[in-house]
This record gives sequence, C-alpha cells and structure tokens, in this order.
Amino acid sequence: MKVELQNLTKIFPSRNKKSGGEVTAVNDFTFTIPDGMLVGLLGPSGCGKSTTLYMISGLQKPSSGKIFFGDEDVTELSPENRGVGLVFQNYALYPHLTVKQNIMFPLQNLRGTDKLSKQEMQERALEAAKLVQIDELMDRKPSELSGGQQQRVAIARALVKMPRVLLLDEPLSNLDARLRLQTREEIRRIQKETGITTVFVTHDQEEAMSISDMIVVMKLGVLQQIGKPQDIYDDPTNLFVAKFLGTPPINVFNGKVENGTLYIGNDAVLEVGGVDDQPVWVGIRPEGFTPDDNGALVCKLNNVEVMGRDVSVVSTHEASANPIVRSIVNADNKIDVTAENIKYSLKPHKVFIFNKETEERIYFEVK
Amino acid sequence: MENNSNSSLKVMKEKDIRKVASTQKVAKVFGQILVYTFLGIMALIVLFPFYFMIISSLKSLEEYRLAVPTLIPQSWKFQNYTDILIPFEMAEANGWVGTLVSPEAATNDFDLFTLFRNTMFVGIVSTILSLVITVLSAFAFARLNFKGKNALFAALLGTMMIPGELFTITNYATVMTKGGWFPTFFNGLGNMFGLFGPDFRIPFVDSSFAALIVPFLVSVFYIYLLRQNFLQIPNELYLAAKVDGTSDIKYLCKVMIPLALPTIISITILKMMGAWNSYMWPRLVANDDAHRLITNGLRNAFNDVSGNTDYPRQMAAVALVSLPLFLVFIFFRKYIMKGVSRSGIKG
Repeated sequence: MKVELQNLTKIFPSRNKKSGGEVTAVNDFTFTIPDGMLVGLLGPSGCGKSTTLYMISGLQKPSSGKIFFGDEDVTELSPENRGVGLVFQNYALYPHLTVKQNIMFPLQNLRGTDKLSKQEMQERALEAAKLVQIDELMDRKPSELSGGQQQRVAIARALVKMPRVLLLDEPLSNLDARLRLQTREEIRRIQKETGITTVFVTHDQEEAMSISDMIVVMKLGVLQQIGKPQDIYDDPTNLFVAKFLGTPPINVFNGKVENGTLYIGNDAVLEVGGVDDQPVWVGIRPEGFTPDDNGALVCKLNNVEVMGRDVSVVSTHEASANPIVRSIVNADNKIDVTAENIKYSLKPHKVFIFNKETEERIYFEVK
Repeated sequence: MENNSNSSLKVMKEKDIRKVASTQKVAKVFGQILVYTFLGIMALIVLFPFYFMIISSLKSLEEYRLAVPTLIPQSWKFQNYTDILIPFEMAEANGWVGTLVSPEAATNDFDLFTLFRNTMFVGIVSTILSLVITVLSAFAFARLNFKGKNALFAALLGTMMIPGELFTITNYATVMTKGGWFPTFFNGLGNMFGLFGPDFRIPFVDSSFAALIVPFLVSVFYIYLLRQNFLQIPNELYLAAKVDGTSDIKYLCKVMIPLALPTIISITILKMMGAWNSYMWPRLVANDDAHRLITNGLRNAFNDVSGNTDYPRQMAAVALVSLPLFLVFIFFRKYIMKGVSRSGIKG
C-alpha cells in the first residue's frame, strides 16, 4: 500500500495558554512512500518524527494536510478503520495477558463480516507468532520474556490483523547493542516476507541506514531530504543532513572559496569550479582523506587508533569546527605516529561545501 | 589538611574489628529484645478486648457480674451461642429446650437472621454500586479528556476536607423529609410507581434501605485511590488498544480493571467492612425491626424490662457477628493491608 502525505502539518497548542505560543511539530510535510518499502523516519529527538507516525496511524489528527493510503483519503478515518499496525517503543504489551492473548487481542475487535471464530483467531495468532518465531512462547506472560522477545510479540500483535501499513516507533531503542543488530535484521526479514509497507522512526542513523530502503531525514518538523541511504550519505542537501548521517561523523571546517580554489585555513585544498568567492562550511567524510606527503591539508597529528583493516587518525586543525579531525584511512598507509603533522590530499567526491549562512549545499565542478 | 585526612584513613586493626563486631552484635540482640517486648505488649493490648469478648460470651450472667472478673470461665456456657443460632420454635419442636437451648431464649429479641440478611443486602448492594461509580469516575478522571476535568477533580478532593459529621444532618433532612423527593422516589421505585397496583412491592426496595445505601455510594477517596492506580498504566497501552479499535469501555474492562485489580479488591473489602461496621447513620435512618442493621441490632437486643443487659449473650452475638469480618481478614489480609497502607489510617 502506497502511503502519501500531502502538506501534512501538526501544530500543538502551547501548554501555557497565556503566553499563546504554539509548537509546530510537523511543518508542511509532503512525501510518498512507495508500496512495499521499508522507510526510516530519521531525525534528532523532538523533530516531529513520532508525531508524523502517529498521524499516519490516526492516533493524532493533523492540523492541516492530507494522508492517502493508495488512492484512499484516510485523513478523517479513525485508527481502527485505517488498517494500520503500530509497534510502540516500550512495546505496550498487556501485562496481564499471555503472549497468545496479546496477539489475539486486535482480532477480538473485528466486527461484521470480518468477525472471526475462536478457532480462526487461534490460527491467525499462531501464524503471526511463527512469522516472528515466538510460537514456543505462546503461554508465557510478557514479564517472563526478554526484551527482544517482547519486541517480537509486539510486532506479531501488529501484524496479526494483516495491516496495510506497519508502523514502528523507535523499535530498537529499548534493546541492548547485540539484540539491536539481530532485531533489525529480523524486522528487515519480516518486512520482506510480508511485503507490508513499513515506516519506522529512529534517531539512530546507523539503524536507519542499515535496513531502510528509503530514509526521510527531518529536523524541527521540516523535511530535509528523502532518498536511498547511500544517496543521502553521498549527496547530502545541507549541512544538517551531512552531519547527521555517518559514523564517525563528518569533519566540518571553516573555509572559503577564492578564485575557484577552496581554502581550509590557509591550506588551498581543492580546485572547485563554478563557485563564487565566499566563506563556506567544508564537510569532509572521514574516508575522504588520503595521507599524502604532498597533500595540501596539514593537520596536527594527535594519535592513531588501530581498527585492524583501517586506522583512525585523530588530528587537529585550526579551522576545524569540531575539536578534532578524524579520518579513516587504509592500514596499508604507514603513518608515522611520532610525526608532528600529517598531510592529506582529499577525495573530491567526499568533500561537500555549504553556504555559510543557509547551510545549503553548494555544488562544484571537480577540475 | 593532609595530616588530618591521613589520620582518618588509618587502617583498622584486626583487634578493633573484632571489638566493633562484638559490640555490634550485643547492640543488635539488645535492640531485638526491646523491639519484640514492645511488640508483644502492644499485641496483648490489642488482643485483650477480643479475648475478653470470647470468655465473657462463654460465662453465665452470674459469673459475668462478679466484682472481680474471672479470666477463664468457671463453667463454659455454650448455650449463649446456641440460644442465638437456633430459633426458639425449632428448639421447642425438637425438645432441645433445657439442654441445647436455655429456657431464657424464649425472650430472645436478637433476630440474627434478619439482621444478617439486612446487613448483607445493604453491604453487597452498596459495594457493587459504589464500585461501578468508583471505577467509571476514576476512568474518566484518569483517561478521558473533558473541559474542567482538573477543576472538577480538585473540587471533589476538596470535599474530603469536610468532616462527615457536618453533612449528617443535611443528609438526614434529605432522606427523611416526609413527602420529600427522596422517600417519594425510592418508595415509588419499590412499587414501580404503582404500575402493578398499590400492593405490589419489590423486596428490599424502599426509602429506608435507599437511605442506608445511596448517600454513601460516592467515595471521593476511593475514586482518588483508583485514579492514581489507573494513571500508572502506560498511555501506550491505551493507544495500542485504540489502533486495534478497542472501545473505551472494552479497554476499561479488559485492560484497566484487570491491571488495577488489587486496588479494586482493597476498595471492595474496605467498603464491605465499612458497611458492616457502620453504626451512627443506620441508627438515625433505619432503626425499625424490618430495616435494622447488625450493629444496631446488637446494641438494642438483650435488654430486659428493667434495663439490665445480658452481657454474656450479647458478647456471644458480637463474636458471631465479628466472625465473617475475621474470616475476610484472614483470607484477604494482603489486600486489606495494601488498602490500609494506601489510605493512611483508614480501615
């Protein structure tokens, strides 16, 4: 099921009525989720991603704008009539019911022609449980399950009524690191198996990049960029997106463009064609540095962290906006740890320049 | 500074440790002796009235009237109990008088069965209705959004500051005014407003029973208690239920009530105990043979014409009446304790 959001806006009235301030959680949000995709809504906390998810589910009404499932306008529809499955951050399992009863709970509300017999409900519940591989645990209470198992029960409960859209609110944030890796593969698998259009919310860019078909980056209720994870990483539209994606994070420098040359501090690092003279932000991905004795960028070497295949070089530069400059270079480059400075040449496609004021991307021609 | 910190960090010698350990042990044992002595004395103080009730109920009236009370009955008079439990007519018919039942039982004016039935009726009905009201209002205050919710709740809590004695008189005026709305309505309800003829009566539905039940149906305290409990249930459970199309009432019945069951059981028990123990209000509004409740029954009965009270038999009746509460306490101790500790000092 294709999900389409048109000019979606949510304004919360201020708590304090006298001050009269309003909070715009989601601002004029328009995008389309193609059928059968796994989409990650990514942004720092408070950027309106959960609000967007709740609006898709119908739990919150948009202040303006429309939501379509396929060609059907569902903006005014209540949650149960939209056919959505929702998994909450804390799973929201009913603690007094067994796993089986939890999974069957949504089926008990079906009315009219959809009404199921007890037998059918049990079969459907078992089917959903098998999909998430918890069919062994049907008679346990949620308190007797591990976090990962509870998560699966929550997903099974969301899937059991065969929703048109599956929504996951921070599905992995309550799990420990190992389980998180495992569960995100699991979510990926379940999504592929069922083919249900799935939207999940996360503040963890690694999580979003690793499993999503498509990422939607948000900031303060405003859509920043939509695209495939790799495309967004390689081609960010503004400084915020560039900074938000990638571990280790992008290195940002104060720079300027003069006569078609990009300067970081006093180092003339790159020829950039078609850019007017102006001060800029320069973003360089950690893998964009190549140690080169003739390199233009000279950094003060701090230390080298060995990671096996690669090494992470920590250095400083006076023009850097961050306290340190971190680069990831192939371990084959023998780096003299005792040296005072390290010189880099830059890979042009890993270098992004942004307008100093608007922080929008400035595209340049590589010469 | 440095010298000071050095001296305070001096390593404890083994000898010192042993000394401290033995002092600690002595202090602990001594403390325990004190605590248990205190607890023992307090337990005796609490239990003595019960003990005295039991032994008094087994004495003859003569022994009871001795200037120096005996702590163990000289002769055990179990007739005090059987006189109350076995109706005199039945004893007469079976020839039990003089053996199982004493002849004085002929003048017994303590109708255990009727009092018990009345009290059970009032207790059960008021508990059920009160629970319905409490659960629904707690749900509204905890979960629903409506205008003036917080103001209304604050006002309700405010009424808790008014002592109950203050509205006894106004309540009395409301329920007892002849021709007033209260008796008119509930007596009317009792004969279905004359729909089935003037002689038709639904058992137990009349203004006296209504006066015993209705004024105390709403307990702000219980609403508050349950609301707090409901508030602890995470919001996401409600949202999850909403996504699945669960109605509010179904959510209340299937999720909130089961989760708040311990509190609801506490409320049920406290309410039942309250109904069982109430004395002043029933004495005011329902002090006739048909409607009298057990506490007033105990107070009224066992007096002879000269105003002397047959205390042993009254004590036997008190023991019998206390028995159900005692059993409830034994079986539901956990819930009562929880309810009492939540309510501070009530119970």
